[in-house]
Amino acid sequence: MSNLPPPLDLLPFLLQGLWYTFIITLGGCAVAIVLSVLFGVWSKSTDPILRWLSAIYITVFRGASALILLYWFYFAMPELTNIRLDAVTTGILVLGANVGAYGAEVVRASLEAVPKGQYQAAAALNLNRWQTMRYVIFPQAILSMIPPFGNLMIELLKGTALVSTITVTDLTLQGKFLRDFTHRSLEIFGLLLVIYFLLSMAITAIFRLLEHRYSQGRDYGGGN
Amino acid sequence: MWKWEVVRQVMPDILSGLVVTLEAVAGGMLLALLLGLLWAVMRRSKSHYISWPAWGVVEFVRSTPLLVQLFFVYYVMIDIVGRGFSPLMTGILVLGVHYSCYTAEVYRAGLDGIARGQWNAAKALNLTPYQTYRYVILPQAIPPILPNLGNYLIAMLKEAPLLSTITVLEILNQAKIFGNEHYRYLEPLTIVGVLFILLSLLAGLSVEWLRKRTAAMTS
Repeated sequence: MSNLPPPLDLLPFLLQGLWYTFIITLGGCAVAIVLSVLFGVWSKSTDPILRWLSAIYITVFRGASALILLYWFYFAMPELTNIRLDAVTTGILVLGANVGAYGAEVVRASLEAVPKGQYQAAAALNLNRWQTMRYVIFPQAILSMIPPFGNLMIELLKGTALVSTITVTDLTLQGKFLRDFTHRSLEIFGLLLVIYFLLSMAITAIFRLLEHRYSQGRDYGGGN
Repeated sequence: MWKWEVVRQVMPDILSGLVVTLEAVAGGMLLALLLGLLWAVMRRSKSHYISWPAWGVVEFVRSTPLLVQLFFVYYVMIDIVGRGFSPLMTGILVLGVHYSCYTAEVYRAGLDGIARGQWNAAKALNLTPYQTYRYVILPQAIPPILPNLGNYLIAMLKEAPLLSTITVLEILNQAKIFGNEHYRYLEPLTIVGVLFILLSLLAGLSVEWLRKRTAAMTS
C-alpha cells in the first residue's frame, strides 16, 4: 500500500495489472485484424473450400462464447494434443480470434458495399486478385470498417477482463487479489470500472482520429 | 483422447447447468427489455436532469467489462451490505442492467424512426405521455426492431457463462467442477462449446426468420 489518501492508495497495486491488460488488448487487436481481413476476404472467394473454412471459423469463434473458448484452449486442448500454451498467449490468440470472427463479418459487409463497377473496372484494367484488393477495393472499403472496428476494439478491451480467470494478472485479477486481503470491494471495483471506462474512451478517441484521417479527400462516405 | 464414458457421466450435470443458464438469460433479458426502454424514453426527455443521467449510465455501463460489474455487485453485497441476493439473482440483475444499455440504443433507433406527425397527432388528441407511448408510438416502433433486440438476446446468452465466476452453478461451472473432480476437462468443455455453437446457430436462424417476418409486416 502507498501513502495516498483512500481510495487512491489502492491504485499502485491495481495498476500493476495494466501491463497485461494493455498487451493482451494490443496483441488481440493485431490477431483480430489479421484474421478478420483474411477470413472476410475468403468469405467472398470463388473457391468453395476457402468459403467453407471462413464459414466454419466464423461459426465456431462467434458461436462458442469467449470464456468457454478460453477455458477450452487453456484446460482442454492440452489433454487432446500435446500443445500447451501459456495463459497470456492463449488470451491473445483466443480473444483475438473471437473478435476477429465478428470483424470478418464487418470486412465482408464493407467489401460488399463497394460498387460492382469497381471490380469490373479492375478486371478491365487486367489487375490480378491481389492488385484489385490492394489498390482498388480496400482503400475504398476501409473507411466504412473503421467505426465498427472501433466498437469491436472496445469489446476486446472489455473481454480482456476474462483472462483473469485463467491466471493472467491483469487489472481485474489484481483487483480480486486486493479484494481478498482488504475487503474494500466498493473502492476496488469502483476504481477498476473507472479505469476501464477511461481506457474505452481512449480507444474511441483513437478510432475517431483514424476515421477523420481516412475520410480526408474523399468524395463520399466520409464524415465531413 | 476422447472418452465416451466421460461424456455419459458428465451429461446430467451439464444439462442441469444449461437449465440455470437459460433461466439467467430469460430473467436478464426481461430486465434488459424493460430497463432499456426506460433509458431510451428518459433520453428523449426535454429535461436535462432526466436525459443526461440516462445517457451517462448507458455510456458508462457499455464501456466497462461485464465481469468487473459482476464482481462489483457480488463482492460489495458480501463485504459491505453483509448479505444480499443469491449469486443467481445478482447475475440476472447485472446481465439485465448491462444489456439494457445495449437495448436502449436499439429502442432509440426505433423511436427515432417514428414520423414527427405521429407525435403531433397524439398531442392534438390530447393524449398523456403514457398514452402516447403506449398506444401510438411503441406499437409502431417495436416491431421493426425486434430482430435487433433478438441479436442482444444471443449476445447475452454468450456472456451468461461469466456467471460461473460468481459461483452460479450454470453450464460452464458444472463443466469446470466436473473437470476439477475427475481431472478431465476435454469432454465437459467440448460439450459445452458445441452446445453453445448449436444454440447460437439456432438463435441466429430464429432472428433471421423474425427479420423476414417483420420486414414483410412493416413494408
